[in-house]
Amino acid sequence: MKLQVNPTRMELLRLKKRLRVAVRGHKLLKDKLDELMKNFLELVEENRRLRTEVEEGLTRAFRGFAMARAVLSWSYLETALGAHRERRGVTAKPVIKMNMETPHFLLDDKGEKQNIYPYGLAKTTGDLDEAVRRLHAAFRPLIQLAQVEKTVELMAGEIERTRRRVNALEYVLIPQLEEQARYITMKLEENERGNLVRLMKVKEIVGYSK
Amino acid sequence: MESYRMAAVGEADSIIGFLALGVEIHPVTSSSEAASILEKLVNPEEKYGIIFITETVAEEIMDRIAALGERAFPTVVLIPSNRGGKGYALERIRRIVERAVGADILMGKEGRQQ
Repeated sequence: MKLQVNPTRMELLRLKKRLRVAVRGHKLLKDKLDELMKNFLELVEENRRLRTEVEEGLTRAFRGFAMARAVLSWSYLETALGAHRERRGVTAKPVIKMNMETPHFLLDDKGEKQNIYPYGLAKTTGDLDEAVRRLHAAFRPLIQLAQVEKTVELMAGEIERTRRRVNALEYVLIPQLEEQARYITMKLEENERGNLVRLMKVKEIVGYSK
Repeated sequence: MESYRMAAVGEADSIIGFLALGVEIHPVTSSSEAASILEKLVNPEEKYGIIFITETVAEEIMDRIAALGERAFPTVVLIPSNRGGKGYALERIRRIVERAVGADILMGKEGRQQ
């Protein structure tokens, strides 16, 4: 790499100041990375657990719906399931965690205590009741999963960015600054030696002419 | 604190149950149909918080879903279809983790299960 610095004391002071800042920044970022990584691994583990749980619950619930679907017509099923039920929303607020906006989901509580079966029991099959019950049981973990999975995803991006910065500081900027500082120190020492030799030479010449 | 809507996208037979949970359903028959619906749903003005999409239709529009990963809302969640899970969701997380950590830390556990 080509060094393009003025070999002056001013420059050296400036470089040393920059180096101090860079080293401190590097340490901070590295701490951040460690912390992120720790949280990340915990979240990944939780994500895996939730995912397995949810997939199992959903698959079983869906099987139940398939059975119900075999007996009941599509339009009937649609009305039965959709009847008397308001659209349920989810309250979401972004939480700022370690410089990231992560979602936090909370199911709206209205209707939670109500009968979970939105239809009359007379014309539907037991399979359907079972399926709806299973699906209900899987819903809360599913929302939780949505939150955790999103956080994992965002955090992965943040980790990648942070690591790139740490590496840039560690392997590019800091060595570069050190190299430049060393170059200036050597240049200054060389000048000093040159000066000394010149003085000795001058003294010698002056001595001879006497 | 705002209330967001939820939607499910997928084959009709898979997502019908979500009606009982008060989630909007958008039945589709193909990936391209799912893509255009997803496009509509991700519009911030529509205020969807969570979009559930079945793995079978999500398979071919993974790129589009991955691109949404950078934003906090909406959150797209893959769910298994009524023919069972294909493991795309875990696979996706595995890839994300691999990119972030630089090593496949989940593989050991996954490997033992298989």
